[in-house]
Amino acid sequence: MADFLAIWLPSWLALTLAALVHVTLILTLALTAAAAFTWAERKVAGRIQDRLGPTRVGGRFGWLQAVADGLKLVSKEDIIPRNADPLLFRTAPYVSFCASFCVYLALPFANGWVAQPLDIAVFFVLAVAGLEVLGVILGGYASGSKWSLFGAMREAAQVVSYEVPLALCAVIPVMVAGTMDLVAIGNMQAGWAWNWLIFHNPFLFITFFIYFTCAVASVNRAPFDLPEAESELVAGFLTEYSGFRWSVFFMAEYASMFAVSMLAAILFLGGWNGPLPITVWLGLAPNPATGYEPHALLAYFGNFLGMVNILIKATLGVLLMMWARWTLPRLRIDQVMTMCLKYCIPLAAVMFVGTMIYLYAFPVGLIFRSGGG
Amino acid sequence: MAVEGVDPEVAECDVRTDEILINMGPQHPSTHGVLRVVLRTDGEVVLEATPHIGYLHRCAEKIGENVSPRQWIPYTDRMDYLAGMNMNLGWSLCVEKLLKLEVPEKARHLRVIIVELNRIASHLVAAGTYGLDLGSFTPFMYAFREREKIYDLFELVCGARLTYSYITIGGAMADFPSGWLEKCEKFLNEFEPVVDELHALLTDNTIFIRRTAGIGVLPAEVAIDYGCTGPVLRGSGVAWDLRRDGDPWYTRMYEGYEFHVIAQTNGRYPVERPGHPVPKAAVLGDCWHRYYVRMLECVESMRLIRQGMEKYSRAKGGIGEPIKLMQKLPKGEVYLETEAPKGQMGFMIVSDGAAIPWRARARSSSFCNLSVLSELCRGCLIADVPAILGSLDIVLGEIDR
Repeated sequence: MADFLAIWLPSWLALTLAALVHVTLILTLALTAAAAFTWAERKVAGRIQDRLGPTRVGGRFGWLQAVADGLKLVSKEDIIPRNADPLLFRTAPYVSFCASFCVYLALPFANGWVAQPLDIAVFFVLAVAGLEVLGVILGGYASGSKWSLFGAMREAAQVVSYEVPLALCAVIPVMVAGTMDLVAIGNMQAGWAWNWLIFHNPFLFITFFIYFTCAVASVNRAPFDLPEAESELVAGFLTEYSGFRWSVFFMAEYASMFAVSMLAAILFLGGWNGPLPITVWLGLAPNPATGYEPHALLAYFGNFLGMVNILIKATLGVLLMMWARWTLPRLRIDQVMTMCLKYCIPLAAVMFVGTMIYLYAFPVGLIFRSGGG
Repeated sequence: MAVEGVDPEVAECDVRTDEILINMGPQHPSTHGVLRVVLRTDGEVVLEATPHIGYLHRCAEKIGENVSPRQWIPYTDRMDYLAGMNMNLGWSLCVEKLLKLEVPEKARHLRVIIVELNRIASHLVAAGTYGLDLGSFTPFMYAFREREKIYDLFELVCGARLTYSYITIGGAMADFPSGWLEKCEKFLNEFEPVVDELHALLTDNTIFIRRTAGIGVLPAEVAIDYGCTGPVLRGSGVAWDLRRDGDPWYTRMYEGYEFHVIAQTNGRYPVERPGHPVPKAAVLGDCWHRYYVRMLECVESMRLIRQGMEKYSRAKGGIGEPIKLMQKLPKGEVYLETEAPKGQMGFMIVSDGAAIPWRARARSSSFCNLSVLSELCRGCLIADVPAILGSLDIVLGEIDR
């Protein structure tokens, strides 16, 4: 977009304008997603628990519930405990939110539809997503409450540990693709569903499940929601937070849930490519076999379908996390660490080596496809 | 290295891992009411857990010395408010023993049906909130849905849903309304599959087993030393149930009934679920066994209710007349324990011949069960404290009275 604007405007102005537009778009998406998932979470929880969930606000399905919740939270009294460190206490939620929001800068929604195309997008996403923990630790520490401190310490132990297997799992598809550019990784999975990286080889198939487990753990969702374990630590690092600041933490949680699910969709589940190459049949996407290049407008429409596709996949991932949350009891902190250090990391490492050997042994692939980039 | 201006003792303490003194409660999501547990922890490891009670003290026993036995019945409801019927029964039987007052056959079966229903309700709360303590919300809702049905049944017989004052000295306040037995039967039929549902969500869940098996192991001797009773004692493998082993005045109520005392003796439970053996990690006396005993007791209670309904419909006569509000009591004293859902609930009455007892006393099972908390929590993790506390299934209204 910046290049396009630069035809008429000086380049600095073009860049600024483009950045503003991108940020607005992404922020809207992240916030809408957070609001929609708040509603969905309550609805899903309700249905799982044999009740209705929200039904009053906004008609039969209570779809305005998220707005009502938001209004309630914003209008609440702003409380900062006497023992808290006021500056850090105020800063913490925004650190968390910025981190989980910045992830979207590098996440492509369709072929080329990305705020900032990066050659090292995977690395960037993992690095920035890991910053969210900083806000949580800051908040827990600055609250001046022992329960908050316990929550922050748990977060530090848990999330930092799970970053390791998470990164290992993300590296495996990168190794197969031969690039860290998420747009390129997404594009190479075009075509039929068996082109998706999850079906590339048996090791990658297992890797997906390890990735998803680690992703759930690193965004603190049940059964790994120890930092805010409400039956043990009152509310963990959130104990002293209320009103707007609490809702910022809350949105950060949902935003990162959605982000890790989107990353899973791009790295393993074909990104914006559907299970069938419909866009190619309809002439909305380039066809490498015939060398067909669609008109810009058609390509735009194809990309829109792709975006719907990836959003559906990511939403399914989030719904899976909700399903787990309302079904399973919580693990204990030592069990969480055991699972990470004893099972997830060694398994991910084995998958890494396995994929490496597979790529060496079958450079053109065994069953369906030619191997890798 | 000494830092200038800093007390050397403090500086030395800084090098060590600090012990944290932290209040769990009285306003904490998983202390089941207004219990306060003071934890001394080293990081996540609990070194000492001291329960502090008394936040719900309402001088119930003192009130008992100022009102007549029938007037005290509503106060017994508010002791174990999750099992009001059982509390009513304990006090009624105690006073009846003093009066040498026998209730008619029909009232006997009515009482069995009602108290066993309430036992199920109480165990459902125990199991449901136990899931909540371990971070699993859904079983709680399922359990409370079923408990709601039991409360609907109670509402039909006495108009109240939580504090009934239904079972009274000399019988019960009213007979079952017409059609009640069919509704009860319908509930039992609906409840049976829900037990399996709860088993699937909690009992056999791997995470649940990992969180409870081998945690808070209470050996049988320790349980007896502390005076633990009810599912806590039976979870340690002691087959002791007052419905079978208690005072004859109480066990007569269950005469002709067939039921098992749920406790693992010689490595097996009297009732077993085919295909679902006790997990290998579970140690006799741990949280898992205490929870499991309650779940199996729900099924036993259903058996008892079915038998009771059959006997009730065959029994002739009325359900007995309550004694006069200010009836003079004979001189003497009586202590009687009954098997309430939480354990042995003892009531004592000392009379000097007046209509108002000279002393009324309640022995709380939850009180003794809670006293093992500090024993069980030594060296466990913070996350285990709610797990252990939940498995003891205390109710503060009864502890503080």
